Amino acid sequence: MSLLRCRGLRKTYGGHVVLDGLDLTVDEHRVVALIGASGSGKSTLLRCVNLLEELDDGTIELDGEDISDPRVDPDRVRRRIGMVFQSYNLFPHLSVLENVTLAPVRVHGRARAEAQAQARELLDRVGLGEKADAYPDRLSGGQQQRVAIVRALANSPRLMLLDEVTSALDPELVGEVLALIRDLKADGMTMVLATHEMSFAREVADQVCFLDGGRVIETGPPERVLGEPTEPRTRQFLHRIIEAGRL
Amino acid sequence: MTLAPHLPSEAQRRRAAYRRRQTVTSVLVAAASTAALGTLLVVAVTGAPGWDRVRESFADPAIARDALPAVLTGLWLNVRLLVCCAAGALLLGLLVALLRTLRGPVFFPVRALAAGYTYTFRGLPLIIVLYVLTLGVPGLRLGGMPSVLVLGGLALVLTYGGYLAEVFRAGIESVHPSQLAAARSLGLTYRQTMRHVVLPQAVRRVAPPLLNDVVAMQKDVGLVSLAGPIDAVRAAQIATAETFNYTPYVVAGVLFVLLAIPLIAITDAVTLRAARRQGRS
Ligand SMILES: Nc1ncnc2c1ncn2[C@@H]1O[C@H](COP(=O)(O)OP(=O)(O)O)[C@@H](O)[C@H]1O
Ligand SMILES: [Mg+2]
Repeated sequence: MSLLRCRGLRKTYGGHVVLDGLDLTVDEHRVVALIGASGSGKSTLLRCVNLLEELDDGTIELDGEDISDPRVDPDRVRRRIGMVFQSYNLFPHLSVLENVTLAPVRVHGRARAEAQAQARELLDRVGLGEKADAYPDRLSGGQQQRVAIVRALANSPRLMLLDEVTSALDPELVGEVLALIRDLKADGMTMVLATHEMSFAREVADQVCFLDGGRVIETGPPERVLGEPTEPRTRQFLHRIIEAGRL
Repeated sequence: MTLAPHLPSEAQRRRAAYRRRQTVTSVLVAAASTAALGTLLVVAVTGAPGWDRVRESFADPAIARDALPAVLTGLWLNVRLLVCCAAGALLLGLLVALLRTLRGPVFFPVRALAAGYTYTFRGLPLIIVLYVLTLGVPGLRLGGMPSVLVLGGLALVLTYGGYLAEVFRAGIESVHPSQLAAARSLGLTYRQTMRHVVLPQAVRRVAPPLLNDVVAMQKDVGLVSLAGPIDAVRAAQIATAETFNYTPYVVAGVLFVLLAIPLIAITDAVTLRAARRQGRS
């Protein structure tokens, strides 16, 4: 059964149509990579799925429940979805450990000691156990992004949304974040990730979706979409990427 | 891991020696110029033709001694008023700022009321608020009226609450929307986001201007004496009227400055810390 099903999503910002009848289905334990030119609506799609944006049309189902119904409590939905942003967005006034335990304690009502033990275990697993008491501004970009991923994981989400999580990183720090995402896939986490790391999309994604004109205009296994694209616009996009040396 | 001790190079040692000499020279120059300016000031003031008359009417030790107890009693009122009114104004300011951030049609009247409040009380001179509350309100002759002191304090809280609300609001708005998005996507409710993510960052950022307003408030709390209660300045005024000598004002002025010094020092320290934190990130 599919975990996430988006049908006919439409989103406009003042007359400017960003999503125009977009369909997307994600099965459980699968990794879907969203690719497309800058401004093609990848971030907007992820924000809509997480109910950070109000839809202009269409429906979103999570686990068979229509979460785009206005009667649904968005806070309850977001607890089941983990989101990681391009700019990390850690809370600068909280230590790494406090960043990770904030939601488990405040949202899920877990005992602080138990939440901290779980957080330390997660941080250890991603090699950041020693940074638990540091503040975010003392961490490198790669470390901050790994903390942001751990913070989302601490909620035990059903689905992870990753929005260009390596775009703000220095090239030598990209690897450590991608390695963590690889581990998540191995653990069976369902993920939708917007990326322009084509080689990573090829390696980790089960399915690649090319966004253009507010829709998914080509989708399939990465070898096919990235190797033998059938749509002219996908080809053009990949050409530009190759010219820029990113594939 | 042990590091081998670092031996500074010849060039570095020469640079260090030069900097030490520079420091000594700067200290000497500063001391000399301060001494020269001080001497000049003392000579100019004490050498002025009217100096003896001025000294008599502004710095008479005997009168200062006599006026001190009354001025101190007045100052105690200033201190108590400042503590209560500062706490009240900070709370009111925070509350109004939070009300102004509420979204949604249900909250329209609350938002409008909060906005109207900040517009009115930032525009209204404190003296007018004071007169209306301490003279006008008791005139209604309602039962259970609080004392003039409490009404005067209320005037201060209302006036300063308007300023502080805007400072808090500026702080809240300075927190980047991406912080809200991150908090909400973790499942935190609006209130939890405000309490655990937005406000801690906002308050830290605006602590220096908030404290600055409290320092300013210290000078304004004495205005309640317009309605009767005797604060330090009013006590000095009474003493002056009795002796035809201005020394009590000087006594009150000195005490005010002494009272303000710790507050200003705290403000400076907080400002410095905030600046350092920003420089670091
Ligand atoms: N809050 C917003 N207000 C107005 N326009 C927006 C907003 N967010 C995104 N957009 C516009 O929507 C389009 C898609 O943006 P985005 O989803 O960020 O694309 P991508 O992530 O694929 O680069 C862009 O043209 C952008 O300018
Ligand atoms: Mg984007």
